[in-house]
Amino acid sequence: MELSEHIKTANVEDVTLRRPFHPALRGTLCVTSHHLLFSDRKDEASWQLLILLKNIDAIEKSVENLFGYPRAVGSSGTITIKCKDLLVLQLEIPGMEECLNIASSIEALSSLESVTEMYPFFYRPSHLTLNGPWGLSSTEQYYKQTERLWDRWRVSTLNSDYSVCPSYPSAVIMPREVDDDKLIRSARFRQGGRFPVLSYCHHRNGMVIMRSSQPLTGANKKRCKEDELLLQAVIDGSELGYIIDLRSAQQAQQARMTGGGFESKSFYSHWKRIHRHHERGKVVQESLIKLVEACSDPSHSVDRWLSKLENSKWLSHVHSALSTAGLVVECVERDGHSVLVHGSEGTDNTLLVSSLAQLILDPASRTVTGFLCLLEREWIQAGHPFQQRCAHSAYSHARLKQECPIFLLLLDCVWQVWRQFPLALEFSEALLLRLAQEVYASNYGTFLCNSEQERCAAGVKENTHCLFQSLLRPDIEEQYLNPLYEPTDLAIWPSVHPQSLQLWTGLFLRWTEYAQNMEEAREEVWSIVKEHHEQAGPDRTNNTLSTHCDTLTPFENLMDELTIL
Amino acid sequence: MEHIRTPKVLHSLVYNVERLPTNSSGSPLIIRCKNFHVYRLLIPQEKDCLDVLASLTQLSCPERYGELFCFSFNPNLDKELREKAWGFINLKAEFSRMGIPCNLWHVTAANHEYRLCDTYPSELFVPKSASPAVIVGSAKFRSRGRLPVLSYFHRDTSASICRSSQPLTGFSARSSDDEQMLQAIMKSNPVSEFMYVVDTRPKLNAMANRAAGKGYENEDHYTNIKLQFIGIENIHVMRNSQQKYLSVGELAAPSMSDFLWGLENSGWLKHIKAVLDAGVFIAKAVAEDGVSVLVHCSDGWDRTAQACSVASVLLDPYYRTIKGLMVLIEKDWVSFGHKFSHRYAHLDGDPKEVSPVMDQFLECVWQLMQQFPCAFEFSERFLIQLHTHIYSCQHGNFIGNCQKERRDLRLQERTHSLWPHLWENRAEYTNPLYRTDHSQTQGVLKPLTTAYCFKFWKGMYGRAEKSVASHQSPADCLNAVREESQQLEEELSSHQEVPREMDAGQGIHMHA
Repeated sequence: MELSEHIKTANVEDVTLRRPFHPALRGTLCVTSHHLLFSDRKDEASWQLLILLKNIDAIEKSVENLFGYPRAVGSSGTITIKCKDLLVLQLEIPGMEECLNIASSIEALSSLESVTEMYPFFYRPSHLTLNGPWGLSSTEQYYKQTERLWDRWRVSTLNSDYSVCPSYPSAVIMPREVDDDKLIRSARFRQGGRFPVLSYCHHRNGMVIMRSSQPLTGANKKRCKEDELLLQAVIDGSELGYIIDLRSAQQAQQARMTGGGFESKSFYSHWKRIHRHHERGKVVQESLIKLVEACSDPSHSVDRWLSKLENSKWLSHVHSALSTAGLVVECVERDGHSVLVHGSEGTDNTLLVSSLAQLILDPASRTVTGFLCLLEREWIQAGHPFQQRCAHSAYSHARLKQECPIFLLLLDCVWQVWRQFPLALEFSEALLLRLAQEVYASNYGTFLCNSEQERCAAGVKENTHCLFQSLLRPDIEEQYLNPLYEPTDLAIWPSVHPQSLQLWTGLFLRWTEYAQNMEEAREEVWSIVKEHHEQAGPDRTNNTLSTHCDTLTPFENLMDELTIL
Repeated sequence: MEHIRTPKVLHSLVYNVERLPTNSSGSPLIIRCKNFHVYRLLIPQEKDCLDVLASLTQLSCPERYGELFCFSFNPNLDKELREKAWGFINLKAEFSRMGIPCNLWHVTAANHEYRLCDTYPSELFVPKSASPAVIVGSAKFRSRGRLPVLSYFHRDTSASICRSSQPLTGFSARSSDDEQMLQAIMKSNPVSEFMYVVDTRPKLNAMANRAAGKGYENEDHYTNIKLQFIGIENIHVMRNSQQKYLSVGELAAPSMSDFLWGLENSGWLKHIKAVLDAGVFIAKAVAEDGVSVLVHCSDGWDRTAQACSVASVLLDPYYRTIKGLMVLIEKDWVSFGHKFSHRYAHLDGDPKEVSPVMDQFLECVWQLMQQFPCAFEFSERFLIQLHTHIYSCQHGNFIGNCQKERRDLRLQERTHSLWPHLWENRAEYTNPLYRTDHSQTQGVLKPLTTAYCFKFWKGMYGRAEKSVASHQSPADCLNAVREESQQLEEELSSHQEVPREMDAGQGIHMHA
């Protein structure tokens, strides 16, 4: 079926558009295969609103005269469009039939499942050409850049046809002394074939963060010599490594009943296991739904708001993620030991914790490029199933399947770190907001599919444009820079005390009046810094900034002076 | 940079001292301060610890004003400077800034020597049309003689904010003088046909007061008034709420839920919202509807001061400057008899009189700063500094409970004024984002008072958590950037002057 066949009514005149905090507009509504277009006809230089249909999370229609005459004069319908970026719009459409047609077209076209029908495969802006470089980094590149690895580690291409682990990239970094045959055996012993691979090597002491899925010990406490050898090779004679298991001890025990399990002390004698409970899947998705619901009702009393905020548990998830990432950092940086992180599948919380730990530890991941590379390696190439996780957002009435806003949770955690260390990250909140939007609906192919294998099969690299490449174009990148950036080599330990963590207003209250003044303040910061740069000239620009980060303790209390930067 | 800090704590700032059981390393002592700092001492000898505890307990609650620190505090100013310092804030000048006196409002001598009301300032501004008899009659019909007088005049609309205490209505009493007084206030705003009476108490409390011969205005007796209850709770509720709020900050390793539940349970943010709502209502009436407002609560020195001053901050950009906030506090709080010494426990006294009224006002301003980051000349630090000084008794400004008491204590001769001191150090308290020509700086602020706008004030209440001073402040950073830009600009302009000098100074060789 052609996409256009879903479109029953393509154009409607005299539609009224209502948006929060804007006057209502009348204009023409147009549905295309991938977009909803509203144009205001008031004058020639007309105002347009273009929404990707994929961005639409839910659509609610209320039709007056439902049992009346279909084309009766004055009959009209209202559809409420709730987007994945949390914007809510209302369209008043004259003519009941048109209204129902528009609604059903949107419903059909916003939930396409075939990847190659999605908009990135059709997006062809004149300033971009296909077949340019795609992506920013790869396993090989990371290996090349990380001199500390060269001695004891190698790049293995055993997964080049994705047969060992369908969700891993073709190349992974492994200890030299473990050959590919052993890795294949270890992969068979891990859920989804996700054997322990290197995720990060700490530039200070050469300690590493590994990640994997759970071992398939099962009820009979099976073991796998090769898996044990592999982990032994990781710590290479040093007496201790830490396994951070992202489930409670009880959950890990229970996992054995369904064939999963954990690394037992007797077989992995040099590894100390620490359990930290993290919610996953549906629970986190429902948490987002509750939070967004709480934020969208401004009539709540303070008591009710606080109780709804608490009840949503969203901030508790932020708290757990940052705490566990802090624990990983403590093991690596303070205790000087290597760490293996895993939960069950190793595609969600595992990536969340390991990438947050890197942001805290590694100055290179705090630049715009470095951060995007981190996301590329640790989320996209590492096989976070974006398509499944981000199929729907907070408004959808569809029955939940595999949805889970773990990536949004990552962005929120990064925002919390940035709020506590506003000079330490090169990028600003704007980049995080842009990513929060792109991950759900995008012109670019970056977040399509669930793994490298799928992207390869769909020809994503050949037929779509790369978001990260585009974000780094100098004219674009500028809007995502943090005007106060001052690089530091130190680890930036965020405070995880509940009073140090806040609701990410920039995202969750994005479409309220609240955001307006913050935007003005941000502009003000830019203008002060720019003025300074002009005064000081190119060679003196960083003089002042560099004198202000002698001490890197979190300073949320002072941050509250300027929560908006 | 300070590497070693020698903490100094004024005795007057000590809220309580707790001794924990002696252990092998010594006797631990926890000192909790009124500005929410917490110090933990370990004293090797138990006997010394007991001595310290006894002296601190005694010194922290003096019984007489003479024992307060301000009477011994000596910053080495000569007499002339000290007197000049007390004149730094001049309320007469403030009223004339508003355009008062004018053809509608004038100053009355009725309270000369505090004859009419001993908790009011001696100079009061009232409608010109109110006769002396009406003034006296109205004062008699108001609790503690606190009659309706002008607090703020809004030039753009000619609407005013007046303040008073509750009327002595009981169940049926009325006073034609008081009714005429309100009529005169309404008439002083020529275009308006009615005025609001904002009773900041919950309606139930106001009704209960009738049994004690007090109460609220009967709309049938006062022509053209609209009565509005706001529902700010009394000082006892606020005191308990803050205690609970503080204990949330002191929880050891709380979970996110413990913390949020604690915030909700304390009710503190709900009360802050109520105060801000009162201010928003008044500011809207005055600026948008052009309607004058009379604000009162029971005595008219706590909730009334909060509501009037929050409304003033919203209405007038001047009160969002460093000097302006000082003036506002001096006017709405100090001069109108907010009972500083009772509320902030300067002396050993009735614990039921203590309540964080001013804390709430400062927090309202802070919450506004969160919504309008460019609108205020001062930073959070200024508010925290003010908060500390209200409790510390280092200067004479906040000693006593009313103007008359301060005069009788001869504070201006015996103590120093805080305001010039803060003014000299204003560079420390500046908000780098403030610009006089910014859109947020202009006109009336219209804040959201949606529940999600209210945040936990970590700078104030989160102090117990942090022991290390922290340094990565964007505000400091921006201030430094600004300062350097200015210096560079000066440098640049002085460089530009050099060539001219060179032309003039023949025979002098300079290499730039």
